[in-house]
Amino acid sequence: MTDNVHTGSIPDERPPANTVGPVAWLRNNLFNTWYNALLTILIAWLLFKAIPPLLDWLIFSANSFGTPPQVCRQEGGACWTFVSEKLRFVMFGTFPYDEQWRPLITIVIIIALVLASCDRRFWKPWLALVWIAGLTAVGVLMWGGVLGLTYVENTLWGGLPLTLMLSVVGLSVAFPASVLLALGRRSQLPAIRVISVTYIELIRGVPLISLLFMASVMFPLFLPTGVNFDKLLRAQIAFIMFAAAYMAEAIRGGLQAIPKGQYEAADALGLNYWQAMGKIILPQALAISIPPLVNTFISFFKDTSLVIIIGLYDLLGTAKAALSDPAWRGFYREAYLFIGVIYWVFCYSMSKYSQKLERDLRRGHRR
Amino acid sequence: MASETRDTARPSAPGGVSFSLSDPTVRAVFYQVLVVGIVIAVGWFLIHNTLDNLSKRSIATGFGFLDREASFGIGESLIDYHPRDSYGRAFLVGVLNTLKVSIIGVVLATVLGTLIGVARLSSNWLIAKLASTYVEIVRNIPPLLQLFFWYALVSESMPPVRQALNPIPGVFLSQRGLFVPVPSADPVWGTMGFALAIAVIGVIFLRRWAKARQERTGQPFPIGTASLSLLIGLPLIAYIAGGAPTALDVPKLQGFNFVGGVVLTPEFFAILVGLVVYTAAFIAEVVRSGILAVNWGQTEAARALGIDSGKTLRLVVLPQALRVIVPPLTSQYLNLTKNSSLALAIGYPDLVSIANTTLNQTGQAIEGVAMIMGTYLVISLGISIFMNWYNKRIALVER
Repeated sequence: MTDNVHTGSIPDERPPANTVGPVAWLRNNLFNTWYNALLTILIAWLLFKAIPPLLDWLIFSANSFGTPPQVCRQEGGACWTFVSEKLRFVMFGTFPYDEQWRPLITIVIIIALVLASCDRRFWKPWLALVWIAGLTAVGVLMWGGVLGLTYVENTLWGGLPLTLMLSVVGLSVAFPASVLLALGRRSQLPAIRVISVTYIELIRGVPLISLLFMASVMFPLFLPTGVNFDKLLRAQIAFIMFAAAYMAEAIRGGLQAIPKGQYEAADALGLNYWQAMGKIILPQALAISIPPLVNTFISFFKDTSLVIIIGLYDLLGTAKAALSDPAWRGFYREAYLFIGVIYWVFCYSMSKYSQKLERDLRRGHRR
Repeated sequence: MASETRDTARPSAPGGVSFSLSDPTVRAVFYQVLVVGIVIAVGWFLIHNTLDNLSKRSIATGFGFLDREASFGIGESLIDYHPRDSYGRAFLVGVLNTLKVSIIGVVLATVLGTLIGVARLSSNWLIAKLASTYVEIVRNIPPLLQLFFWYALVSESMPPVRQALNPIPGVFLSQRGLFVPVPSADPVWGTMGFALAIAVIGVIFLRRWAKARQERTGQPFPIGTASLSLLIGLPLIAYIAGGAPTALDVPKLQGFNFVGGVVLTPEFFAILVGLVVYTAAFIAEVVRSGILAVNWGQTEAARALGIDSGKTLRLVVLPQALRVIVPPLTSQYLNLTKNSSLALAIGYPDLVSIANTTLNQTGQAIEGVAMIMGTYLVISLGISIFMNWYNKRIALVER
């Protein structure tokens, strides 16, 4: 009987070859059924056809920095001289050449502010003060006129700082407005509710372009004679109106997710409406709304590119203007690839951040 | 403001006139009157200024300009249009162009989006990775940039009209777009349309009869095959009965452009491809989350009951997935329609671009913007109503 029992250690053996290792991986993930095998082969063939020419254009046959455009045209392949030649114009627009360190610092300040705001440890009331200080610094740097900086009027602004400023300023002003709108939409008072709903649905029902048109052609008519906003400010107002409506919907979602018991508890404590909202409901609702809010930020950041339609030169605008230079016509692939990557890096990191935040916040809700 | 009123307000003395802000009803009325008052005041201020400005600059008001001669050309139009036509007709051309690109765009984006959404869940690693790469790249680049890219791709890479590519006889590809031959006008097309209408009505009645019969006798009727053969067969019979005309309207180079046939312009191509590629990435995510929302146990239960896989998908999985998919899908359709206004930037004559030309020519900015906004609100409302109706039809009926 004991003969059948194996004492002592069994030597380690490799698992069967068909369950681990590259061959098994291939079999499980690429060739598990006949149609998957067929699709794999088809797609591998397509990739084989597409990727080498793409890499060839991007890297191997690409003309190095400094090759003049005429040579690029003959040689084929990407012409990265376009990027090096036009880099400062695409990034900063027509901002005076010698002063371009100012928009550069602006970019750094805004990115630093946004990065700091991403860290949950910094979600304290003083963050608002840091933002006000940061945005003031940005204003001083861009306009100048004080502290020995020369004055630069905002018609000369352009490129990445303009894109960043339109979105960051737009969002920070639209945020409080959107909280009020969301509260208004959930209000018990019919008149306030109707006004909020009308505003939100009206703005969300029309394309952003029509709001930009309104800003560019109708705002001057709305204002008393003699008062005039410049084009940038009008576009900024249109963006704020637009962002407020979309963010209000994100926050409404958060408000709806708060259980009724929380409202009842606030009532039971004898808190009035603003105390209940400010101390109990909004902190919870905003935490829930953060992921959809970040998604609104992303789409809003992409939409700032529309200012090109009313003649402002944001990042996309400067790239398009650079392409209209006769010497550089036809290098649209390089231009759009370059700014496409910039937009992509911003949007992709925001979306990754939103996903991470969603996981973190959910962990917070778990008991 | 609220805390102020709370501090100063005291409960009203018994017997006195009850007009205190601590009374919830009074407070509610007070706040509403206040907000409505502010809205009216701001509105009045804006309207007053506007009227003032309009009279000072002597800009006409009203929609009378719609009857005046537009005197600008439009690149492509679904109805006959001539620069001598009115602004009203030009605007109608714009609305139809917007609807054309939106409807075709919605259909194609749904197909592509569904394919990519399903592909992201594929057990094939290569397909799943490719699909997620597509979604991550396309979603995070501004649609306008993508439009510019597609437009540049056509207008910069295609040969000029004189050296048009001619891959198949009668088909020409150049900077001016893709020209394809179409069958020449013939009375038989009208008859075929009529036959198709009859077939559609026939199918509706057939379905009703088949359902009643199945409920009565339990016998299923091959409704799919029957409907399909009716829908194809009747127009085909009409075509053959009409003499089966084969004459083609082939595009020919005349002067500086092709004449005849049907053209797919670079502008239309760019706006369509741009919108479809962009929206499909979002639809893919909607579809993926919808499919993931259906518990795998549902599929297993269906299999345990001996239902075949096609029916499982059609009768068990899809009805549940659609409940999750339809509401966000509606938003994507609305977004696509609204994004079609980006057409302005590449010169496709949609309603925004035509209204923009109109308001630049007439100076009637308010009417122009109002017409753009009004039209989009009507379109949005239409899509919402339809999708809500559909959503209600498929929604879970709970006791």
